[in-house]
Amino acid sequence: MSTEQSVDSRESLATLPLVTPLHDRHVALGARMVPFAGYAMPVQYPAGIIAEHKWTREHAGLFDVSHMGQAALIGPDHATTAAALEALIPADILNLGLGRQRYSQLLTDDGGCIDDLMVQRGPDAADDGRLGLVVNAGRKSVDYAHIAARLPGNVRLETYPERALLALQGPEAEAVMVRLGAASAAGMAFMAVGTATLAGIAVEVTRSGYTGEDGYEISVPAGDAGVLWDALLADPSVKPIGLGARDSLRLEGGLCLYGHELDETVSPVEAGLVWSIQKRRREGGGFPGFARIRAEIADGPKRVRVGLLPEGRAPAREGTAITTPDGRPVGIVTSGGFGPSLNAPVAMGFVEPAFAMPGTELALIVRGKPLAARVAALPFVPNRFKR
Amino acid sequence: MTLYTKDHEWIRIDGNMATIGISQYAQAQLGDVVYVELPETGKAIDKGKEAAVVESVKAASEVYAPIAGTVFEVNAALTDNPALVNEDPEGEGWFVRLHVPQGTDTGDLMDEATYKAFLETL
Repeated sequence: MSTEQSVDSRESLATLPLVTPLHDRHVALGARMVPFAGYAMPVQYPAGIIAEHKWTREHAGLFDVSHMGQAALIGPDHATTAAALEALIPADILNLGLGRQRYSQLLTDDGGCIDDLMVQRGPDAADDGRLGLVVNAGRKSVDYAHIAARLPGNVRLETYPERALLALQGPEAEAVMVRLGAASAAGMAFMAVGTATLAGIAVEVTRSGYTGEDGYEISVPAGDAGVLWDALLADPSVKPIGLGARDSLRLEGGLCLYGHELDETVSPVEAGLVWSIQKRRREGGGFPGFARIRAEIADGPKRVRVGLLPEGRAPAREGTAITTPDGRPVGIVTSGGFGPSLNAPVAMGFVEPAFAMPGTELALIVRGKPLAARVAALPFVPNRFKR
Repeated sequence: MTLYTKDHEWIRIDGNMATIGISQYAQAQLGDVVYVELPETGKAIDKGKEAAVVESVKAASEVYAPIAGTVFEVNAALTDNPALVNEDPEGEGWFVRLHVPQGTDTGDLMDEATYKAFLETL
């Protein structure tokens, strides 16, 4: 037996220098560790990806996402820092309220995505001028160099490699936070940013995540991460969840993953992320790639991201060609696998806009043979964010 | 007697019939199996060539024929219940039965003790 395709096969565990502060706990829990973005990360625990996925949708899953990049821009006041960041991303940050988070993309001059990221404005007016950033693990060095080279003299980039990041996701996440003493977490709206004391530890919390479920991302000093992890896992609603289920959850949730749906050639319009470009920015521009993005919004992009439901049971993996039923190539699969909640194969990919309407019948070329599929509305599983 | 390959297939030969599957170690490495693509009966498969494809949540893997033969039967139960590969990989989770020539050389395959020693080196 030989693994034919795996996102992880390009890296080797033996040469990996990076581990998260929770590495020993993953190993003790029996996780299978795999290389991911230069880190040894748990792809699954003994329960397995399907059980972990379903647990997260039904209860609360705990993820170690400490490999992600935590950073901040620090300037003299909100308007100055927001303007510096708005020169790099298409989101409206000037009007981001206190205690709010926004999803956006770092853009190339051609409007492609250098990375996607979260931008946070803390709840405390005393922190005015500081904007938190969370970026993808595999893009940290690229992002930080890109940002640092483009900041005005009065705004600087700080990075926080000494902080860990946990994600607690699922319908029981709120109750877990309250049981562990963070009563204020219950009142947070989706994409709110706050602070809390959780299991006796001072943490920074956002009500967000990347599973399509309600939940929280919890930033904590690395030295406290183990104690917090243990306290969360001691709650009967919580089980540890690996990157395998994180991927199947976000795929069912219709969420883009950098390096799959997003790269430096893909614009936010093509990726279906126009919702993340607020009206003021769509009209006023002032960010890299504005000409392309404005034209794509007005005239339509050359390709668009769609959901795909293959007929039958065979998954269609990343790189699978998408054709019309009579064999004309119209696109490519960017993420594909099995959706445990749907109990069926699911995929996302890019197609010519004429073939993007939900219900459109297409074919996926799997091992040389056409596999019937149809375009499906995203997300595959309805998001259950706290509105 | 069950024999194993370095690629973690197993084979059990009974006269001129050989049953093929993947080992307990292989299923644990794959994780949850969600789909198995099986060959058509009557297909001739050369030694070391693809006999089936097994797909976990994360990846697709080829299953190679440890010896040459002609597909006589496939495990249709895997179509509806691919998880059988996880539950009983070296029993109910078999993949294909090949019709093989009498006296096929299996000298390059490992017996269970040798395979277990091989796994220790991984």
